[in-house]
Amino acid sequence: MEVLPSIWFIAIAVLWTGYLFLEGFDLGVGMLMKLFARSDRERRVLLNTVGPVWDGNEVWLLTAGGATFAAFPHWYASLFSALYLPLTLVLLGLIFRAVAFEYRGKINTDRWRNAWDWAIVLGSFVAAFGIGAALALSTTGLPLNANGDRVGGPFAWFTPYALLGGLAVVGFALVHALAFLMIKTDGEIRHRARAWLTRWLPLGLVPIAAWVVAVQLLHGKWFSWVLTVLAVAAAVAAWLLARRQAEGKAFLSLGIFLAAGTSAIFSAVYPVVLPSTLDPAFNLTVANASSSDYTLGLMTVVACIGLPLVIAYQAWTYWVFRRRISAAHIPDSHTVLPAVVRKVLKGQS
Amino acid sequence: MDPLEIARWQFGITTVYHFMMVPLTIGLGLVVAFMQTLWYRSGKAEYLRMTKFWGKLFLINFIMGVATGIVQEFQFGMAWSEYSRFVGDVFGAPLAMEALLAFFVESTFLGLWIFGWKQLRKGLHLACLWIAVIGSVISAYFIIVANSWMQHPVGVTLQDGRGRMVDAWAVFTNNTAIVAFSHTIMGALAVAGGFLLGIAWYHLWRRRTDGIDTVDENGRVVVGEAAGVPGRDKTDHKVWLRSLRIGAVIAAISFAGTSITGDLQGKLMFVQQPMKMAAAEAACHDGTQFSVLSVGDLGSKDCSNIVAVIEVPGLLSFLAKGDFTTDVKGVNTLVPEYQAKYGTNLPNDPKLGDRAGKAIQYVPVMEVTYWGFRMMIGFGGLAALAAVVALWLTRRGTVPASRWLMRLAVFGILAPFGANAAGWIFTEMGRQPFVVAPNPDVTGADPVFMYTAAAVSPGVSGGEILTSLILLSAVYAALMVVEVKLLTTYIRGGVASAMPELAHPGKDEDSGPSSDDTDVLAFAY
Ligand code: HDD
Ligand code: HEM
Ligand code: HEM
Repeated sequence: MEVLPSIWFIAIAVLWTGYLFLEGFDLGVGMLMKLFARSDRERRVLLNTVGPVWDGNEVWLLTAGGATFAAFPHWYASLFSALYLPLTLVLLGLIFRAVAFEYRGKINTDRWRNAWDWAIVLGSFVAAFGIGAALALSTTGLPLNANGDRVGGPFAWFTPYALLGGLAVVGFALVHALAFLMIKTDGEIRHRARAWLTRWLPLGLVPIAAWVVAVQLLHGKWFSWVLTVLAVAAAVAAWLLARRQAEGKAFLSLGIFLAAGTSAIFSAVYPVVLPSTLDPAFNLTVANASSSDYTLGLMTVVACIGLPLVIAYQAWTYWVFRRRISAAHIPDSHTVLPAVVRKVLKGQS
Repeated sequence: MDPLEIARWQFGITTVYHFMMVPLTIGLGLVVAFMQTLWYRSGKAEYLRMTKFWGKLFLINFIMGVATGIVQEFQFGMAWSEYSRFVGDVFGAPLAMEALLAFFVESTFLGLWIFGWKQLRKGLHLACLWIAVIGSVISAYFIIVANSWMQHPVGVTLQDGRGRMVDAWAVFTNNTAIVAFSHTIMGALAVAGGFLLGIAWYHLWRRRTDGIDTVDENGRVVVGEAAGVPGRDKTDHKVWLRSLRIGAVIAAISFAGTSITGDLQGKLMFVQQPMKMAAAEAACHDGTQFSVLSVGDLGSKDCSNIVAVIEVPGLLSFLAKGDFTTDVKGVNTLVPEYQAKYGTNLPNDPKLGDRAGKAIQYVPVMEVTYWGFRMMIGFGGLAALAAVVALWLTRRGTVPASRWLMRLAVFGILAPFGANAAGWIFTEMGRQPFVVAPNPDVTGADPVFMYTAAAVSPGVSGGEILTSLILLSAVYAALMVVEVKLLTTYIRGGVASAMPELAHPGKDEDSGPSSDDTDVLAFAY
C-alpha cells in the first residue's frame, strides 16, 4: 500500500471538506442576496456576515487545487483539462463574485449596487454549480484515454452526474447559508433564516444525499456505507434541531453531515482518484497519479506545520467577528465626497 | 486553430494582466503598513489620513489581484496539462506552499485589517496589516521559485520521462529565484513610488489651482484651508506633501535596487540561458558591445539584416560577466550549439499532433526580446529620473503651478507598470522555444527540459481555448475600466472619500476598540 499517497488523498479530502464547509456558506449567502434579502440594508447585513472571511474561505479552494497539483499532478492535469469549459465558467463566476464583494459599496447609487448584487448572485451560483459538477465527475468518471486526456470533444464530460453534483453543492450551500445567517445575524433576518431553513432543509439536501448514495452504489464499501448512514442521520438531526430553535447545534449537525458525506464519498472511491469511463485500466489512482515520495514527504512536513496554523488563525478570525450583525449595525452608505473646490462650488450654485 | 498559439496568448494576456495588480499590491501594501506604523507611533492625524486614503486605493486594487490570480492557478491544469504532468513533482510544491503558507495569511489577516478598525487594539490591528503584507511578499517568493525553476531547473532528475525532485533545498534556494525575487520586489516598489508621486502631485497641484495654497516671493508654500470642503484643511497639505516625498524617495531607491539585482540576473542569464542574452541584444555575432540602437529586420531569424547603429563596447560583457572583454556569444554561434545538444526537430510523438517532427526554432522573437529589455530599463530609468526631479521641484513645500507638469506626473504612474510588463514579456518570450529551459550549469539536471510545443493540453481543442481567451479578455478589459474608474473617483475625492468621518466632524478619528454592542460597524461593505 502506498502510504504517503494515501495520506495525501486524505489531506485533499480534508481540504475539499474544509472548502465546502467554509465557502459553502459564503457561496450560499451570495446566492441569497436577491432571493432572501428584502432591502439594501438587509443585503448589507448579509454581505457583512461574510465580509471579513470570504477571501480566506476561498483560499481553501486554491489550496485544494494546489495540493492536487503537487501531490497528484496527473489527477490535476486530467481533471482540469477535461473540464475546460465548465471550469472557465467557474473562474468567471469567482472573478465577478470577488470583485463585486469589494466594489459593491464603493459607489452610492442603486444602479451600481444592483449590478454588483447580480454579479454576486450569479457568480456564486455558477461557481457552486461548476465546482460541484467537477467534484462529482471526479468520483463518477470521465472519458479519459491511456494518457489521461479527454476523448469525445468539449462536452464529453456532460452526464447526469455533472448535473447532480452541481445541484448538490448549490443545494447544500443554500441550506448551509441559511443556518449560518441564523447564527450570525439578529432581528428579523435571523428569524426569517430559521423559518426558511426548517422549510427548505430537506429539499436542499436531497441532491447532495443522492450524490453520496450514487457513489456508494457505484463503488461503496461497508465503512463508506456506515458513513453514509451517519451523514443521513446528521441531516435529520440538523432539521429537528433547527425546528427546535437549537441554532448552534443545528449548524454543527450540518457540518457533521458534510464531513460524513464527503468522507463517505472519498472513502468509497479510494484508491481511485479519477475513474476513466472508457477502460478501468486507464483509471487514475493514488498509486499511478501521485508525485514521488520525496515530494510528498516534503509536502507532508509543510502541511503539518501550515494547516494547524491556518485553522488556528482562521478560527481566531471567526472569534474576533463573532458578534451577531443586525440591520441596526449597518452604517449609512456615503457618497464619495469631491475634494475639489470648484466642483463643490458648482454643485452648490 | 492551433491550441498552442491560443494557449500562449491566453497565458501571456492573463499573466501580464495579473501582474498589473500584483506589483501595486506588494508595493503599496508595504507603503501603507509603513504609514500606519508612523501613525501608531506618533499619533499624528496626517499619518492616519495617509493610511486610510492609500489603504482604500490598495484595497480597490488588491481584489483584482485576487480575482485574476485564481485564473493563473487553474490554468496550468486546464491549458497546459502535459506541462503539469511533466513538472508536477517539482513545480506543484511551491504552488501549493504559496496557497498554504502565503494566500491564507494574506487573505485572512487582510480581512482582519479591513474590518478590524476599532474592533482590534491598535497595535494588534497594525500587526494584522504587516502580517498580510508580508504574506504578499512570501507569495511572491513562492511563485518566483516556481517560475525561476522553469528558467533554471535545479534539484531534479529525469525519471520515467518526467521531472522528479531530488533536492528541495536546491529548488528553494535557486540562485535564479533569489535574484529574480529581489528584482521583482524592487520593481513592485518602483510601481508604488510612482503611484504615490503622481497622485500626491495631482492633489498638491489642485490645492494651488483652487487657491488654497499659495507661494510667497521666495517660492515657499503658504498653506491655506478651504472652509467648508471636508478634508481640505492644513493637515491635508501635509498628507500630500509627505506622500509625494515618500513616493519619490521610494521610486529613486527602488530603481537603484532593480539595477543592482537586474545586473545579477544578467550574469546568471549569461550562464543559464545564453540564447536569451543574445536575443536581448539582437546580437548575431560574438562580441562585447551593448547595443543602444539596432535597426533592420529583427524578425529575420538568420540575422541577415540587422545593423547595430549605436553600440557601447564592453558594456555587454560587463552585464554578462563583470568585465569588459568577455565575448558574449551571438545567435549565429549559439544555434548550432543548441542543435547539437538538443536536436534539430521536435520528437515524433503523436501527442504533439501537427507539430510532431517539425524543425525547432531556437531563436526567440527578437523584436520582443530586444525592445522588451530596453523598455524595461528605459521606463524604469525615466520614472527614477522624474522622481529625483520631483524631489527638487517640491523642496519649497509645493508643486509648480504648471498643468503640464502635473499631467506628466500623473501619466508617469504608468511607466513602472510598463517596465514590469516589459521585463516579464522579455523573460518569458526569451525562454522560447522552451517552457522549461535546459540547464547547462548543473550536472544531472540537463535532460530535464520541455518544449512549449509539447506542454499544451493534448485533449483540449483550439475552440475551447479560444472561447476562454475571448471571455477572459473581455471580462478583464471591462474590469480594468471599472477599476480605473473607481480609482479615479476615490483619488479625486481625496482623503474625505476614504474617511467619511471628516465630513461629519464630532466623531473622533481614532478611538480604540468599541465595546458597545449597539454601535454601528466601524467598517462595513
Ligand atoms: C520597474 C520594474 C523594473 C525595472 C526598472 C527593471 N526591471 Fe528588470 N525585470 C523586471 C522589472 C524591472 C521584472 C518584471 O520584474 C522582471 C521579469 C522577470 C523578473 O524576474 O523580473 C525583470 C527581468 C529582468 C531580467 C531577466 C532575467 C531572466 O530572464 O533570467 C534581466 C536581465 C533584468 N530584468 C535586468 C534589469 C536591469 C539591468 C535593469 C536596470 C538597469 C532592470 N532590469 C530594471
Ligand atoms: C509560475 C509561474 C509561471 C509559469 C509556470 C509560466 C509559464 C508560461 C507558459 C506555459 C507560457 C506559455 C508558453 C509561451 O508562449 O511561452 C508563458 C508565457 C508567458 N508568460 Fe509565463 N509563466 C509564469 C509566470 C509568469 C509571470 C509572473 C509573468 C508576468 C507577469 C509571465 C509572463 C508571460 C508572458 C508575457 C508570456 C507570453 C510569452 C509568449 O507567448 O511567448 N509568466 N508562461
Ligand atoms: C503564473 C503565476 C501565478 C500564479 C499561479 C498566481 C496565483 C495567484 C492566485 C491564486 C492569487 C489569488 C489569491 C487569493 O485568492 O488570495 C494571486 C494573487 C496574488 N499573486 Fe499571483 N500568481 C502568479 C503570478 C504572481 C507573481 C509573479 C507574483 C509576485 C511577484 C504574485 C503575487 C501575488 C499577489 C501579491 C497577489 C495578490 C494578493 C492576493 O491575492 O492574495 N503572483 N496569485
